Amino acid sequence: MKIRKELWFGFTLMAMIIAAALYVLGSAETITRGHLGLLMLSLVVVAIMLGFPTAFTLMGMGMIFTWIAYDRDPERTLNLMVQSAFKVMSNDVLISIPLFVFMGYLVERANLIEKLFKSLHLAMARVPGSLAVATLVTCAVFATATGIVGAVVTLMGLLAFPAMLRAGYDTKLGAGAITAGGCLGILIPPSVMLIVYGATAGVSVVQLYAGAFFPGLMLAGLYVVYVIIVAWLKPSMAPPLSAEDRKVPLPPLFQKLSEQFSRKALPALVRGLKGERNLGVPTREIAGQLFAALLPAVLFTLIMLVTWKFATAPIEKIDVPASIDSVQTPGESGGLAEPGADRVREPGSLAEPKAESLSEPRAESLSEPKAESLSEPKGGALAEPGSAPAEPRTAAGGGVAEPPGALAEPRAGAASTATPGGAVAVPAAAERVPAPNWFWITLAVGAALLVAFYSFFTFHRLQIFKMLLASFFPLVVLILSVLGSIVFGLATPTEAAAVGAGGGYALAAIYMALNQGWAKAKSILLSWAPIWILLFGTVLWFLLYKTQFVARPVPDWLGALAAAAAGLGALMAFFQSHMLGPVRESVYLTGKTSAMVCWLFVGSSIFSAAFALLGGQELVENWVMSLNLSKTEFLILSQIIIFILGWPLEWTEIIVIFMPIFIPLLDNFGIDPLFFGLLVALNLQTAFLSPPVAMAAFYLKGVSPPHVTLNQIFAGMLPFMGIQVLAIVLLYVFPQIGLWLPEVLYGR
Amino acid sequence: MQKLLLLVDKLSTRVGHAFSWLIILMTGLIVWEVFYRYVMNRPHAWVFDAQIMMYGTLFMMCGAYTLAASGHVRGDVLYGFFRPRTQAAIDLVLYILFFLPGIVALTWAGWTFAQEALAIREQTFSAEPLPLYPFKFVIPFAGGLLLLQGIVEIVRCVLCLRQGEWPSRVEDVEEVDVDKLKQMVHVSDADIAAADSALARSETGGAR
Repeated sequence: MKIRKELWFGFTLMAMIIAAALYVLGSAETITRGHLGLLMLSLVVVAIMLGFPTAFTLMGMGMIFTWIAYDRDPERTLNLMVQSAFKVMSNDVLISIPLFVFMGYLVERANLIEKLFKSLHLAMARVPGSLAVATLVTCAVFATATGIVGAVVTLMGLLAFPAMLRAGYDTKLGAGAITAGGCLGILIPPSVMLIVYGATAGVSVVQLYAGAFFPGLMLAGLYVVYVIIVAWLKPSMAPPLSAEDRKVPLPPLFQKLSEQFSRKALPALVRGLKGERNLGVPTREIAGQLFAALLPAVLFTLIMLVTWKFATAPIEKIDVPASIDSVQTPGESGGLAEPGADRVREPGSLAEPKAESLSEPRAESLSEPKAESLSEPKGGALAEPGSAPAEPRTAAGGGVAEPPGALAEPRAGAASTATPGGAVAVPAAAERVPAPNWFWITLAVGAALLVAFYSFFTFHRLQIFKMLLASFFPLVVLILSVLGSIVFGLATPTEAAAVGAGGGYALAAIYMALNQGWAKAKSILLSWAPIWILLFGTVLWFLLYKTQFVARPVPDWLGALAAAAAGLGALMAFFQSHMLGPVRESVYLTGKTSAMVCWLFVGSSIFSAAFALLGGQELVENWVMSLNLSKTEFLILSQIIIFILGWPLEWTEIIVIFMPIFIPLLDNFGIDPLFFGLLVALNLQTAFLSPPVAMAAFYLKGVSPPHVTLNQIFAGMLPFMGIQVLAIVLLYVFPQIGLWLPEVLYGR
Repeated sequence: MQKLLLLVDKLSTRVGHAFSWLIILMTGLIVWEVFYRYVMNRPHAWVFDAQIMMYGTLFMMCGAYTLAASGHVRGDVLYGFFRPRTQAAIDLVLYILFFLPGIVALTWAGWTFAQEALAIREQTFSAEPLPLYPFKFVIPFAGGLLLLQGIVEIVRCVLCLRQGEWPSRVEDVEEVDVDKLKQMVHVSDADIAAADSALARSETGGAR
């Protein structure tokens, strides 16, 4: 019975389309070629709904109608066909599709998702509806990096769904969170959908990426807010985790430390460094943990240093490289160029604990390592006093700033003394612009947050933090670096996609090495060390050269060596991590997916050419103009049409067939194609969640326990569809959500 | 008959697999070029053309492979609900109506297109030109292979109309391979069953 209903639905839709086309044809006084174009459009929709591969439907239909449009001239028809095909083959926008797809498959096979989900749900254990929130965040991050809806929904259906059901979550809520979250990868850049839209509409992919970033985050944020509100209002739908589920198993080292000293990670670790004999743990291990614990502070300091450098950069560039070098290095505590400082400081902070552990008395341990690490890059005079009074001076730091916290404080402190106490801050500071107020405010807030963070930083949290470090951050760094280099114009989307694919390969290599057990992984990772050092050394040299710290560009031999080493490393990794199977699968799937999308383009380019030749476009335009719509009405009408098309069709088909019809209309209403693209991208999210073609629901049903029905999944998706509509409305009412970033970056 | 069909499937798949590896070459080439262009400040003019050619060849030559693996996107509103015989009837008509004329025309036109390019030994328009005509020959070759695979699909439709069920195809990697994914994230059927019983319990609890 149910099947019959679906069929009726489809047939009714088809009949309506054909009836509408016939009505238009019948009501026209004379049947022009434009009417033929409309007929073609309605026929193609019907043919697609029948289920024949869309690419060939478009190609065949387009060819037949081109032939008619050219007055049955086969030569010109053939010519147009091959030209359209060749145009797609040499399209420099579509080229990034296989690269992004490849990156996605590699990242998927790096198998980060299990660790990602586990660490996120432990990290959020106290948030209401933590499992669902963690699911959404995992989906957002993982789907963004991979962009494969099916795989993400299936994986989360395997990992998160049983966990949620066992925790007593409402089935619908869980299903909705997984399906809605899994589709986010289509929207949040770098996504294939935006490339397809950009290629069809002739909008720059770079600007689309910049524009879609915040709407994507907003949608994910709305999902999370919704789940939290539901869990808060109706705890029965998303009960909080039991204490047992929240428990984070601590490694023996942490257990010992927390029993012996303090539950707080930082003080315990520092004191543990001295108590070597009592614990029987190698100092190096504790030092390593301490380094991990200090990462947020180090990162914050680095970011603030870089910001400070840019914020206070001299307006006029009059410096000779050499003079900058000699003046800045000793003088500036804060302004040291990022990479250089980076390199020097890192061993410094590592060496510090060691020095500490050697010297027994505590008072000395405070000043000695300071002197050691500072003697290299900084003016010791400045920082020396800074380290001692760090606690009393920064009010926020106050009593909480325990010795290691002081590591961050004095630096911040040193930076803050630099401007007022100009006398100490050496001539170089005179050339700099004084840092603006927002910088100091950010610094103060950040420092206060850091202090608060460390005062709550127990061993349990350190353990969770380390788990996040191993799963969440690599993905975020990969996404942000790919996206950042595109959006800030450092690289073209193609280049960024290729580097992203390379990064995906590296990620897969590292995680597959780790999967072989720690002992083996260690030797493998160590064998790659020279390659990484060579490669990053070269890049570092380049950065130093760019920032004028080094006068000589990277020599050719070093570049060639680094490139060869990287190639060799990729080859070595291939065998060491046993990557043949996963890489081969990724390669084949990439071939299939790219062929699917790009052949669709071949078909649609022939089809659009035929539609334009027949003058269908003109007809549509005249008709729309005769409706006398306002801009708002047109936008709403077009979004409703796309929304309805999203039921029977998939997003690829909607974009490649219907966008060429909508885009030329935008000019008449003064609508920015970029803004329209963002609305469409948000709108097509609903296409994934609207029955009966909602792919996501079927993927989830495929792996969910038998008691979960398809109807429950559909019902669970409905509220999330509502949120998508809300997001579209929000974006429409506040276009700045999407247009702000492109405006700032490209001055649109 | 079935053997012959599978043989063509295999041919398309092999060719598709072989050309899929271009993605690795492409990634390597572009990463290398990024390194040389940005870090070493020594861009190569020919790389841009080469990467485009790789991309075009990659997806064109995978067309038949994708068809063999039934990977081309279909509108799935109704198709999945049809009986195999109905599916085969629709496919058969549309293969003959749309697919054959379209692909034959593309192959034919592609052949003349490439021949013309070969006659003048066409090169890319760049400071370091590459020969362009081999790239243009990709169109007729990809079209020919696709045509062959399409004929196989038509035969399959006829077979299905007769037998009432679809003949088998060559197996291939799948995007969502549930068993493999289960293994990857260490989820066993027992875990799912446990969740199911928890669900059943809560449902009866709710009813009470």
